[in-house]
Amino acid sequence: MLRYIALRGLLALLVAFTVSLAAFLLLNVAADPAQAIAGEDATPDVVEAIRARYGLDRPLSVRYFDWLGGVLQGDFGESYYWHKPVAELVADRADETITLALSALAVTILIAIPLGALAALNPNSWIDRFALGVAVSAQAVPNFWLGLIMIILFAVMVPIFPVSGDDTWMHFVLPAFVLGASSVPAVMRLTRTGLIEVMGADYVRTARSKGFRGWQLLRRHAMRNALLPVISVLAVQLGQKFGGSVITESIFAINGLGRLALESILGADIPTVQMLIFVFAIVFVAMNLLADILNAALDPRIRIG
Amino acid sequence: MTSTDFSIPVTPAEDGAETALTPGQIFRQRLFGHTGFLIGAGLILIIVVIAIFAPLIAPHDPFAQSLSARMLPPVWVEGGNWDYLLGTDQNGRDYLSRLIYGTRVSITIGLGAATVGLLIGVTLGVIAGYFGGWADHAISFLLTAQLALPGLLLAMALVFIIGPSIWVVIGIVGVLHWTYYLVVTRAATQRIRSQDFVAAAAASGASPRQIIWHEIMPNLLSAIIVIFTFELGIAILAESSLSFLGVGIQPPTPSWGLMIAEGKQAMFYRPWLVILPGICLFLLVIGANLMGDGLRDITSPEGRNE
Amino acid sequence: MTRLLDIQNLDISLALPGGMLHAVKDVSLTLDRGEALGIVGESGSGKSMTALALMRLLPRSARLKAARLAFDGQDLPDLDDRTFAATIAGPRIGMIFQEPMTSLNPVYTIGRQMTEAAIARGLLSASAARKKAVDLLDRVGIPDPEGRMGQFPHQMSGGQRQRVMIAMTLMLDPDLLIADEPTTALDVTVQAQILDLLDDLRRERQMGLILISHDLAVVAERTDKVAVMYAGELVEQGPAKQVMFAPQHDYTRMLLDSIPRLDGEPAHVAPVRKTDDEVIAARDITRLFTSRKGLFGPRREIRALDGVSLSVKRGETLALIGESGSGKSTLARILLGLDQPSSGEVSMLGRPLAELPATERARFVQPVFQDPYTSLNPRRRLSEIIARPLVLRREGDSGSRLAAVKEAMEHVRLPARLLHAYPSQLSGGQRQRVAIARALVTRPEALICDEPTSALDVSVQAQILKLLEDLRREMGLTTLLITHDMAVVHETADRVAVMYQGRIVEEGTAADVLSNPTNDYTARLLAAAPRFGDGAPVTEDAR
Repeated sequence: MLRYIALRGLLALLVAFTVSLAAFLLLNVAADPAQAIAGEDATPDVVEAIRARYGLDRPLSVRYFDWLGGVLQGDFGESYYWHKPVAELVADRADETITLALSALAVTILIAIPLGALAALNPNSWIDRFALGVAVSAQAVPNFWLGLIMIILFAVMVPIFPVSGDDTWMHFVLPAFVLGASSVPAVMRLTRTGLIEVMGADYVRTARSKGFRGWQLLRRHAMRNALLPVISVLAVQLGQKFGGSVITESIFAINGLGRLALESILGADIPTVQMLIFVFAIVFVAMNLLADILNAALDPRIRIG
Repeated sequence: MTSTDFSIPVTPAEDGAETALTPGQIFRQRLFGHTGFLIGAGLILIIVVIAIFAPLIAPHDPFAQSLSARMLPPVWVEGGNWDYLLGTDQNGRDYLSRLIYGTRVSITIGLGAATVGLLIGVTLGVIAGYFGGWADHAISFLLTAQLALPGLLLAMALVFIIGPSIWVVIGIVGVLHWTYYLVVTRAATQRIRSQDFVAAAAASGASPRQIIWHEIMPNLLSAIIVIFTFELGIAILAESSLSFLGVGIQPPTPSWGLMIAEGKQAMFYRPWLVILPGICLFLLVIGANLMGDGLRDITSPEGRNE
Repeated sequence: MTRLLDIQNLDISLALPGGMLHAVKDVSLTLDRGEALGIVGESGSGKSMTALALMRLLPRSARLKAARLAFDGQDLPDLDDRTFAATIAGPRIGMIFQEPMTSLNPVYTIGRQMTEAAIARGLLSASAARKKAVDLLDRVGIPDPEGRMGQFPHQMSGGQRQRVMIAMTLMLDPDLLIADEPTTALDVTVQAQILDLLDDLRRERQMGLILISHDLAVVAERTDKVAVMYAGELVEQGPAKQVMFAPQHDYTRMLLDSIPRLDGEPAHVAPVRKTDDEVIAARDITRLFTSRKGLFGPRREIRALDGVSLSVKRGETLALIGESGSGKSTLARILLGLDQPSSGEVSMLGRPLAELPATERARFVQPVFQDPYTSLNPRRRLSEIIARPLVLRREGDSGSRLAAVKEAMEHVRLPARLLHAYPSQLSGGQRQRVAIARALVTRPEALICDEPTSALDVSVQAQILKLLEDLRREMGLTTLLITHDMAVVHETADRVAVMYQGRIVEEGTAADVLSNPTNDYTARLLAAAPRFGDGAPVTEDAR
């Protein structure tokens, strides 16, 4: 079990560094970063000056290992745009995004799992059709548009919630709903198909032949089996919420990491973009590691080989 | 063994084979009996026709600005005008015509990016599934890494650095959306590879290339088509997000995401500027998703009678 | 005294996408306490449906009608679902199923699954339930029952899981035990043990027992009366001996004739033109598998084949017999060139297999596999499937290939109208014929048939075995037949090789080995095979 976790953890770290390398290469090779910083109309002299100033004239490998060396000591470089250590910028704004991501996950869980379970237990009923309709629609709605519509409906026409900002919990209700809604289809469908499969499994038939029915059957023999895959998907979704915060935070003017990402991209602030990609990747692999550990704890087939 | 033997004769009787339908016949029969699929396919068909014949359908030039006709409301709102059925934007351009031309951007990028993703994902998926071993480990690692990448963030950064154009958006969205193809084709290839008809082909001397193209690919086709329709919707949404954030399609090209961004400033007074392009996006993507759902239902009990 | 079970005029229909299916028609059965009833039929006969109906485990789309459906005097349809679950399912009627590998919940311990019903019903305290569970595990022959209580299903073998299932149903002391194909998924030697256990428990506890099986011989040996079902109808019912030895109905007779038997005259005749040419010769084949758990797990080495030598001479049928995991399928894959031995050499008519080009192999040896549902590409028409080996060898043009396909279809008695059909339009037996036609189209020297009939119904199995026998006579075909069924060996083989844990433990002519096995394992396999005869004393002697 410990060995399993250790190996998984090692793999997660490897993934995070691969991602950082991929992002570094893409950002530096796909186009000239100095040109991007200077802007399209800049003269070659200006571009050269920028190149020299940020050390972009050094070979790619030197720059990557320079960056990596800094990261291992907690130094992510200095922002080109804000002229502050990037790590400081990120630390300042992480709170808002963590709050947003966790409340969005709560929204997802509260909507998707009960709906999926009800649909699975009553296949082809009206609730099943309704759940399917919710999933199909939620999948087709552009997330940023849903945000704007929510603002028009619940902040302007019926002014229950504030339009934007991040001062009170009221500010987080609409953004959490919008960000959470994007994960509802995946989680709901998985809950539904997983539970339908489990309810048709041979071991559930065995339990039925022992006289278990209804809620008892669900609680004793279906729930844990059906929720195992859902845990993994929730972890993936939570990891993606951080990346997905870009849109939600920019619409609702929440001063978190997503907004920082947008601002640093538009400001060609490559060190900040790089750190954010690294941080989001770390969050993602950490969540997956957590899910793996939870799964191992709940599933003896993984725990005891 | 199947999980439950309800003793239903799942195969035709020993002598009654001629009454059973071919897979093609069953497919067509189910296709026309699936309401969701028909609605989705209908929506897609209509939008594709609009995209192709946009110059004939659009009442105005989508780029023609008119200072005298700025910010007109749609015809059903007070002050509306039959000349501009859905009103005009802040530059006095006909909103309906821009929405009509917007289909071209969405569909081009959707098809293009979904195809790029398909080529990458299916190639890797079949290789991982067929050869297994280290190829599989390496590709699985690549998959985990790709999933860990914050896709939207990277896409935004790349489009910004490389410079926005429709081809750049297609390339980047495509390169970041191949995981679904990979996961499904890898699993399906593993399953098919272990079946006896592949062993029979190998025993007759078929090379891996011949097995992949002749035995495996035909059995992957329906799954690939299903994913393609879903990825079409996902790519269209990704483009609209990028354009909305200002790092996608650039003005004055009519893109629905960009139009929502342009309308955002005035959305409290003229909500239709935001609502209309959003509805267009919704209809196009839900069309693709309904089609995908439908195709999945229709093709799911694959080949094997289980 | 009221009967334990009284079913009169039971009808079950299922709503399928294609329309209503009448799965069970007008079935009447009775059973007394302590009595054993066998229900026999092939797939689709409705035998499992009848059992599931008793337990209210029918699929949602099923509709049930019966003039009388009474258990111990209690009319079952009168009970609502809750009452049925509380009073009948479990404490009065217990059921065990065909799939021991999936019938236990993988995430809970054996102990929890055994005791939960008794505890939840308030019948026993946790400690009393635990004690009873340990006793029962001991009774059904699980070693170290205390230790097993804390284990999970995946840590046990199929046979052990089925024993646990039996012990679990006994926890509630049912009056009736329904066993639906309880041993079909298990190896033959284990099969006999499980069936004997059920029989003993029935006598011990004076339970009613319903044993459902496709195997008439197995059922008749262990039940008092037998009901034979065909296409949803009960075609014959009576005392086990009568059904077995004096069957009244044509279908029963056909079924009996179809079962391969150890005591009849083999349908098989001596090889047509047997020579000493070794079509397939394997010398000292060893195959090691190394497996790792996960990417970095410890390496483990498994010796699937251990110094196996074997030869098949022209015109003969060599049967290779063994249970699952004995290595017989690995050997088949190596002989077909699908896998390479770790050491040792295979040659075909004196030419080393390793030196033959892949397409050239197809002239020497072709396979027929076990599962007719996976051995044909569902996306191709029969004409393409059968012609494929020729296409791969670039043999002939489309015209000559079509002629070859038609000829091969004729050989396997497939009607020409199926030429452009897809596999999904065919029955299991027809598919297996297609697989044989594909194997024959290159006119190979030998066929390797890996359990070619074990996925088929008994009556279809008989037809396929007869076809192989006919082909041998007509074409002088050399065959390596891999099987787990001693009776099949008796009926079809000239020689037999017995495989156990990766080695060949006994080899000789079929007649010698079957009558005088020298190896202990061969003897066990033989003892496990069901025997019967038309009133012949074989069955009685065996008792």
